[in-house]
Amino acid sequence: MSILVDASTRAICQGLTGRQGRFHAEQCIEYGTRIVAGVTPGRGGQECLGLPVYDTMEEAVRTTGADASLIFVPAPAAADAIMAAADSGIRLVVCITEGVPALDMVRVKAALKSYDCRLIGPNCPGVITPGECKLGIMPGFIHKPGRVGIISRSGTLTYEVVHQTTALGLGQASCVGIGGDPVRGLNFIDCLEMFERDPATEGIVMVGEIGGAAEENAAEYIRREVSKPVVAYIAGVTAPPGKRMGHAGAIVAGGQGTAEAKYQALEAAGVAVTRSPADIGKTMAQALS
Amino acid sequence: MRLPAIFFQRPGSPRRPQGARNITPGNITPCGITGLRVLALLIQNARMNLHEYQAKALLRRYRAPTAAGLVADSPGRAEQCARELGGERWVVKAQVHAGGRGKGGGVALCDSLNEVREAAEGLLGRRLATPQTGPEGLPVEQVYVEQASDIDRELYLAALMDRAAECVCFVGSAAGGMDIEEVARVAPEKVARIRVPAAVGVLPYVGRGLCSVFGLKGEAAGQMQELAVDLYRAFVECDASLVEINPLVVTRDGKLLALDAKVALDSNALFRQPELAAQRDPGQEDELERQAAEAGLSYVSLDGSIACMVNGAGLAMATMDLIKLEGGEPANFLDVGGAADAARVAAGFRLILSNPRVRAILVNIFGGIVRCDVIADGILQAVREARVEVPVIARLEGTNAATARAMLGASGLEITAASDLAEAARKAVELAA
Repeated sequence: MSILVDASTRAICQGLTGRQGRFHAEQCIEYGTRIVAGVTPGRGGQECLGLPVYDTMEEAVRTTGADASLIFVPAPAAADAIMAAADSGIRLVVCITEGVPALDMVRVKAALKSYDCRLIGPNCPGVITPGECKLGIMPGFIHKPGRVGIISRSGTLTYEVVHQTTALGLGQASCVGIGGDPVRGLNFIDCLEMFERDPATEGIVMVGEIGGAAEENAAEYIRREVSKPVVAYIAGVTAPPGKRMGHAGAIVAGGQGTAEAKYQALEAAGVAVTRSPADIGKTMAQALS
Repeated sequence: MRLPAIFFQRPGSPRRPQGARNITPGNITPCGITGLRVLALLIQNARMNLHEYQAKALLRRYRAPTAAGLVADSPGRAEQCARELGGERWVVKAQVHAGGRGKGGGVALCDSLNEVREAAEGLLGRRLATPQTGPEGLPVEQVYVEQASDIDRELYLAALMDRAAECVCFVGSAAGGMDIEEVARVAPEKVARIRVPAAVGVLPYVGRGLCSVFGLKGEAAGQMQELAVDLYRAFVECDASLVEINPLVVTRDGKLLALDAKVALDSNALFRQPELAAQRDPGQEDELERQAAEAGLSYVSLDGSIACMVNGAGLAMATMDLIKLEGGEPANFLDVGGAADAARVAAGFRLILSNPRVRAILVNIFGGIVRCDVIADGILQAVREARVEVPVIARLEGTNAATARAMLGASGLEITAASDLAEAARKAVELAA
């Protein structure tokens, strides 16, 4: 078992014919992901990577029966691509695109409530169930099928955690990069809920960042609803207040959203926190032993 | 010429209205970047800030009430602006991208054309330090000359992106003119938040809610209803991440007026806001951070001695945290991005080396899409060309890591390899000592 994607997932790549889309779709296919078609408006009827390309999501879904989509379109077209996917009956949309206007995401989030569709991202590395399905840009070879569920706001820091859990032989049930934008699809709580229900997941690693209140909200949820061991690390203890640290989301604002506040909330909820990013895997191994 | 802070009649002034609150300049942040930090609501996408005069022009386009004002880049022009505006009392304000201008001496209330000229002379061409800029301050290249207003009450009003509620949100407080963050801290009940659902926008209840928060009646209440609608339109149509009016004043004749305005735009949306994008003032931006952005890097300078170069913002922050845990202090945040190549790595080295405090350089790359051998090539180029004289510690993991380590080992250059994150940080701290 796993969450969100598995060997049966059939995905369409939106923006397949672009440089990024083509490169990463090829990597996903190599990993074993069933990418079944591409959609690029105006390129219908062409082929790319040996896959049929359609003009519309509706046509692509009707023809292929796909249930997921992976988006690489440019930022101005991201809202359109997400809603086109939702409207065509896709149940899981992974939007890799970065630089999506915040107000576009406000509208998209509000609109998605009317659809039975989950969104991961934007500005995220995607989701992977090791050995089964990779819908994203993460390096597949560092993963190993296993026991830990990973939820993270950042990209390469997720890879670091994956690497540590693989090296310790724990492996991963699934890994979700929820993305660093202020308004995003799935949040920590959504993923915690899925990992809690997933029989393959024995422990959960949460990698947070300064800024926002998602980690604090997750802490409250964990206290009430999560029985599996949770390990958390929050990046940005050293980040000075008011400075934006690259990521859209990572900013400390007036004493709120600091790493310290998040650590306190998580500790109070019984989460095993670690202040060293080098010890995340080790802490999870201890929690599972 | 020591002048009182903006927006307030001098004590004892014949125009000072009965019962007006006696707020000293020390309590005032006429343009609150602090509003950006209100509660934990917040924003953040990368932002582009507008100057006050640009923000007011934008508000005027959306019918928001503002005083008449003109922008000037010389003392003579400032005097001419005041003459054109008419009246007998003006406010001259330094145009910098920071709040706290009143405290920093960037705002002058002038009673004659001569005073306007003198105030402009005192501000233009120098750097203005405010509580929000750091001691080096920001360059003043323009002043905004505005008719002074008679103030009865000062309110705080902002529209911002509420990331928790995932919608635009109004923040209002009857305690305007002051540092709103401080108000939120000591008296959170005085700061109200009204969300605007994306599906319906501003309906009349939003305006009614703000009137109730502000205690507005009569003409001002009608104006507030309109202002709520107009501000929201401005916010959405301009892709703002913050529109802040602090203070929004009620004048002695019972009308609303935006006395100061701050607008920050969502950088991600500038592609569809060409007119606003053209109003960017690079002179107000940190030079190193601007250079970094042009090279596709994200750089923030810090006070420590250990420079770090990392791919990915989260991993970069984690690397800084680890340096601190090992007893060192990071000299910077530097994210070379997901598409790092040899050229970017070299550019990163040049940035890092421009900081004289750097005693060691820690490179931490987790290769995914980025191949470690390409990064190693960049490191070798940079170390050779830039004559790096401080120790370099490299931790390369992920795609082609073994090849990369072999390349560094065979180079004959003094680059310390580290096999994991903790070891890398430990070695960097040791070698920087």
